Amino acid sequence: MVADSPILALRGINKSFGAIQVLHSVDFNVFPGEVMALVGDNGAGKSTLVKCVGGIYPVDSGEFLFEGSPISIHGPRDAAAHGIEIVYQDLALCDNLDIVQNMFLGRELRRPIFNTLDEPAMERRSRDTLAGLSVRTVKSVRQLVSSLSGGQRQSVAIAKAVLWNNKVVLLDEPTAALGVAQTRQVLDLVRRLADSGLGVVLISHNMNDVMEVADRITALFLGRVAAEVKRMDVTYTQVVELITAGRTGSIGLQPATAEESA
Amino acid sequence: MSEQGTGAPGSEAGPSAADLPASGGITATISDEAVAQAFSGDLGSVTLMDSARAYIAKVRGGDPGALPALFGLVVLVLAFRSLSNQFLTVGNLANLTGQAGPTIFIAMGLVFVLLLGEIDLSAGTAAGVCAMMMGLAYAHNGNIEGYVKGGSYGAIVIVLVLALVIAVLGRLWLAVPMVVLGLAIVLTHAGGHIWIAMFLALATGTAIGCITGFLVARVGIPSFIVTLAFFLAWQGVIISFAGKAGAIPMGNAYPVNALAHQTVNPTLGWTLLVIFVGGYAAFTLFRSVRRRAQKLSAEPLTLVLVRIAVLAVVGIVAVYYLNQNRQFNKGAKPILGMPWVVPLILVVLVAMTVLLTKTRFGRYLYAVGGNAEAARRAGIDVRRMRIAAFALSTTLAAIGGIALASFDGGVPLDIGGGNTLLYAVGAAVVGGVSLFGGRGRIRDAVIGGTVISIIPNGLGLKPNLNAAYQYIVTGAFLLLAAAVDAYGRRRAAK
Repeated sequence: MVADSPILALRGINKSFGAIQVLHSVDFNVFPGEVMALVGDNGAGKSTLVKCVGGIYPVDSGEFLFEGSPISIHGPRDAAAHGIEIVYQDLALCDNLDIVQNMFLGRELRRPIFNTLDEPAMERRSRDTLAGLSVRTVKSVRQLVSSLSGGQRQSVAIAKAVLWNNKVVLLDEPTAALGVAQTRQVLDLVRRLADSGLGVVLISHNMNDVMEVADRITALFLGRVAAEVKRMDVTYTQVVELITAGRTGSIGLQPATAEESA
Repeated sequence: MSEQGTGAPGSEAGPSAADLPASGGITATISDEAVAQAFSGDLGSVTLMDSARAYIAKVRGGDPGALPALFGLVVLVLAFRSLSNQFLTVGNLANLTGQAGPTIFIAMGLVFVLLLGEIDLSAGTAAGVCAMMMGLAYAHNGNIEGYVKGGSYGAIVIVLVLALVIAVLGRLWLAVPMVVLGLAIVLTHAGGHIWIAMFLALATGTAIGCITGFLVARVGIPSFIVTLAFFLAWQGVIISFAGKAGAIPMGNAYPVNALAHQTVNPTLGWTLLVIFVGGYAAFTLFRSVRRRAQKLSAEPLTLVLVRIAVLAVVGIVAVYYLNQNRQFNKGAKPILGMPWVVPLILVVLVAMTVLLTKTRFGRYLYAVGGNAEAARRAGIDVRRMRIAAFALSTTLAAIGGIALASFDGGVPLDIGGGNTLLYAVGAAVVGGVSLFGGRGRIRDAVIGGTVISIIPNGLGLKPNLNAAYQYIVTGAFLLLAAAVDAYGRRRAAK
């Protein structure tokens, strides 16, 4: 199951907002069939990195490699065109639209004649996808998103991301706002996505979630990659040290670099 | 909108569902029963009672739909009936349609802008400028240059060229030919023909909308300020165009005059009613039956039938009344049939409803109004949508301007000024369009426009009530409608 070449690789990504450099030559890999956890303290640059992958922020310098060949990402459609899908922390759903309309937003199916929206096809596919993800709590796919609970919204956002034949799915804090049972469901879903061959990136503050579901862990420390490790090779405490100090034992940033970042 | 989706997988020109396999192998095989259980609301048999309950829940949840408009209609009708026994006469009700026409067209345009959470305070005076362009071209045999002073003519050309540049840079492929043709009409003095002059009004509307949209979406000035500035500026342009005479007479120029002053032959009126109601019935019935057969969410058949029946009854009553003779002078040529503005409203209503509900463009408008950031992340060009919404809005306002000119029998100095915009905004909001964006339908503008137009009509029947009352009553009504909207929004947020 463990592949040796990454499906998506970032090389030397730099990103500044004005005078503040948020990402310092970040290297990041996503492997097919694996869950890569992206961890780091607040302000370490996790969300910025995700938004760079998603084409929301343009990068200052650096390279994206998809299946080994360089690609350029200038906007959300470029990312989507390569099968890279992102579930944002704020879910990015439109409250005034229903589930089907949200799941197909920006990529509506249309009839061959007159190019009008093909509602029956979209409704059927939305329902199949939700059912495939074992989302059973939704009464109707024509419900407005404003009427859904937090867990249901998260389910819709994830279903939206897997609706297309995507190769990489990035989940930004998918369990942050959920209760125990719903967190369980989402983690199962994350594992299932990876087992089906997708490259999954899980951003989380919850180390229990990370240690349970991840295959590899990349720790960010103040905009630099502290380390990329296999989960089997590290302990809970070591991951926490990577997050808080940028290094643990022989793994991680050189003390000088860590000081400079701080 | 066709170039919007080129980057996304499977979004090339109208993919059919068959091209797209179920999501990436993760879709487990699920029995039909499990699916049915999960989406009971879609598949179970929905009765009329369920629909009624769902509707009550929707109203309580902060989406009152057309209820405020119906409530306002009842209150106003009762009030004005007691004020004047002229109010419910056939002649007055026929007058009402002519008076409501301009408000309804401008309000239909405003729906697009309001859906994005923006406002267009200049829609009224912009409609006036469009009517002025039509009047100028028609009255001077197309030679606008020979009538307005040299500087003004230059300004018209510059504004049109500017709008063209904006339309091209913004990739608004429908606005570009409109503005190009408008520019050509102005430069070649071709507007002497009434139909071409009318098209010039529409093109002027598109051009003005492009410029408003550009200032809002690209420069980033709040729409309230941009359109407040234009409200004043266009008023000045109207005064300048009107010249010393203070008005441009249109005479009996057909078809402009026909909108408010000529009537549809009664037989044709009945035919149009059958086509309109029949078309609606066929479409909604066919959709309900077919979706049910395909095991998709569908409205209960009884509800569909009730709606068709209500529409048919309202239509029959309206056509019957408007087909009565309303000629005061006995022996003179009888006046019967609905004014031509009514079928024109219905045509625009159907076209714009299709645009909003059946196309990507419409879907994206709702998305941008509901959550602009989510729309942006879905790859929708939000700024382009804003410019397009303003361009479309002002184009529809131009139809309102033509209707105003028809009602006034010419293009006067005060066209589109005063209360025009307030009535249009009031019409949209009373009809159920939210001022906060993301919620509203075209038909809301028609219902609301009818209700709001009753105010000047009813007060006008009592000559001893001075204009002060008209302003106060309209202001109070607008405030009430906005309060209902704000209250609904608060309920929805809970």
